[in-house]
Amino acid sequence: MQIIFPTMSRLFFILMIGVSLYMLFRGHNEPGGGFIGGLIAALGFALLAMAHDVGAARRALMVHPVALMGGGLLLSFVSGLPGLLSDQSFLTHWWLEIGSLHLGTATTFDIGVYCVVIGGVLCLVFRLYEGIEQ
Amino acid sequence: MPEFLAGTELFWPLAIPLATAAVCAAAWAYPRLQQAASLVGLVLTLVASLVLLQIVLSEDIVTKQFGGWAPPFGISFVADRFSAAMVVISSVLALAAGIFAIADLRRRQVKAGFYPLFQGLMVGVNGAFLTGDIFNLYVWFEVMLIATLGLITLDRTRAQLDGAIKYAVLNLFSTILFLMAIGLLYGVTGTLNMADLARVLPQTEGSVALTVSAMLFLLAFGIKAGFFPLFFWLPASYHTATIIVSAVFAGLLTKVGVYACFRVFTLLFEVNEGGIRPIVAFFAAGTMLFGVFGAAIQWDVRRILSFHIISQIGYIMLGLAIATPLAMAGAVFYIIHHIVVKANLFFVAGAIHRATGTYDLRKAGGLMKSSPLLAVLFLIPALSLAGIPPLSGFWAKFMVIDASFRGDMAWLGALALVVGLLTVFSMSKIWIEAFWKTSPRKVARVRAVPVAMLVPIAALGLITLAIGFNPEPLVAFANVAADTMTDPAQFIAAVFSEPRIAGVTP
Repeated sequence: MQIIFPTMSRLFFILMIGVSLYMLFRGHNEPGGGFIGGLIAALGFALLAMAHDVGAARRALMVHPVALMGGGLLLSFVSGLPGLLSDQSFLTHWWLEIGSLHLGTATTFDIGVYCVVIGGVLCLVFRLYEGIEQ
Repeated sequence: MPEFLAGTELFWPLAIPLATAAVCAAAWAYPRLQQAASLVGLVLTLVASLVLLQIVLSEDIVTKQFGGWAPPFGISFVADRFSAAMVVISSVLALAAGIFAIADLRRRQVKAGFYPLFQGLMVGVNGAFLTGDIFNLYVWFEVMLIATLGLITLDRTRAQLDGAIKYAVLNLFSTILFLMAIGLLYGVTGTLNMADLARVLPQTEGSVALTVSAMLFLLAFGIKAGFFPLFFWLPASYHTATIIVSAVFAGLLTKVGVYACFRVFTLLFEVNEGGIRPIVAFFAAGTMLFGVFGAAIQWDVRRILSFHIISQIGYIMLGLAIATPLAMAGAVFYIIHHIVVKANLFFVAGAIHRATGTYDLRKAGGLMKSSPLLAVLFLIPALSLAGIPPLSGFWAKFMVIDASFRGDMAWLGALALVVGLLTVFSMSKIWIEAFWKTSPRKVARVRAVPVAMLVPIAALGLITLAIGFNPEPLVAFANVAADTMTDPAQFIAAVFSEPRIAGVTP
């Protein structure tokens, strides 16, 4: 019976999700973005699955990984549609400037990628871990 | 099409399946919702592709630079008559498969992700037909490969995994060859845009790298299309998948390889130069002959049909080998006819399985009495495949063989006629065994075939009949399509007509 790893894993899980979100939003101008953020978040869930069991990680994720993947893909897809209206060009992004802050549909796209990566990686990882548990 | 959507017609045949795949995946826990979303998506895709075809008919070639980057820097999407027709016919087939799936798909298969994967496959197929960038074509091939692997292993049985591995190994090999060919081409010309390549290549000195690149393209697409020495993955994997998946694969996947072959060897390389013609002719002859021989010794309906895909690919390659406008038109006609007929035969195989419980012809039988409607519906695509007038296959074969006699390739034409005879043999084997003879089982247990299965079979049969009894519009269409295809100048002019640098900056 392990004690240290499962206890610390909860803490690290929260930390990793935090870092992944930071990476996600930092990605606009600096290294980072949806893909890297998604990988870090997926690692967080994988850590939970390793320390406790896959069921715990699935509960923490709340939705099925494939559903997350689909939702993310849909979000990314929808984020490309506004450009179609203004420039007849899919994924040409809209931007809103508030002072020095740039908000745009590109962020939505990145959030979609973030979800797709989490879903895709976890789909694989959960199945592999379940195989080991059996 | 509404005003604000003008200029986006190339986008929708790709976007709708993509969005549908996303919705189906998001509705993971609700199979009914997935089914509904999938059907809606398929209908919308068909509408979008028909709109595209209509625009192509009036404007010849439609182009779009995604992201607004001017060619050759941006990724171009191009639709000429050939590609628009391919998109339409694949959307028709996909819709037929979607309806067939209502009756045939088991809950477990939906759980394994049939709907998202199926839509993902359609994204890849439509993307491959519409792209105007050689590297982008590679990307679509990869998209198709991923979706295909998921679809083959839907039931997770040993046979399916076996088939999937054979499929994956050979197709990965093919994509590596494809990638190397692209690399060599890029090294020589410095561009990946097909129109730009078509502009640059005639001015480039012939070199070993270019010849090797052309050969690699031929091999890579040859594996995908199931040419003669490289076809063995196809009958080893197609019959393991569930019948809807087999039908869609049979109709579309090899044809994407053929389509890519036609694009590359009309636009980038000339068949007449560099000794490609004898190789293609040899491949075409071998493909026809070995496909039909392979089918003759099989007893599983799906295996017979799989081998016939190969032999029919030979007929289409015949068009490329001769490479006259007439032959190209014949090939275009042949592809369209073949997609409809071959998928339909697989659907019939699914119905035979539903009725008799087996794919093995030795165990099946008695269908003529128990479901005469199915017998008629089988006869239409079967006779059409064999090339019996006045069905669509007759005109397709007539065009190709006529072109081969006129194009000084009489031996290929003669071979094609012999292969046609052998096709009749295979089709009559299915007819005699499954429909004519009495059921070999003591207790004949014949189940009814659901309407959702008969509707797509009947619809595709009607298309075959319509083409057969009124081939003139399609022949005319194929002729114009072949003219456009064999004239790279039109393609180049269309892509480079609107020089425009990215308009929007963040």
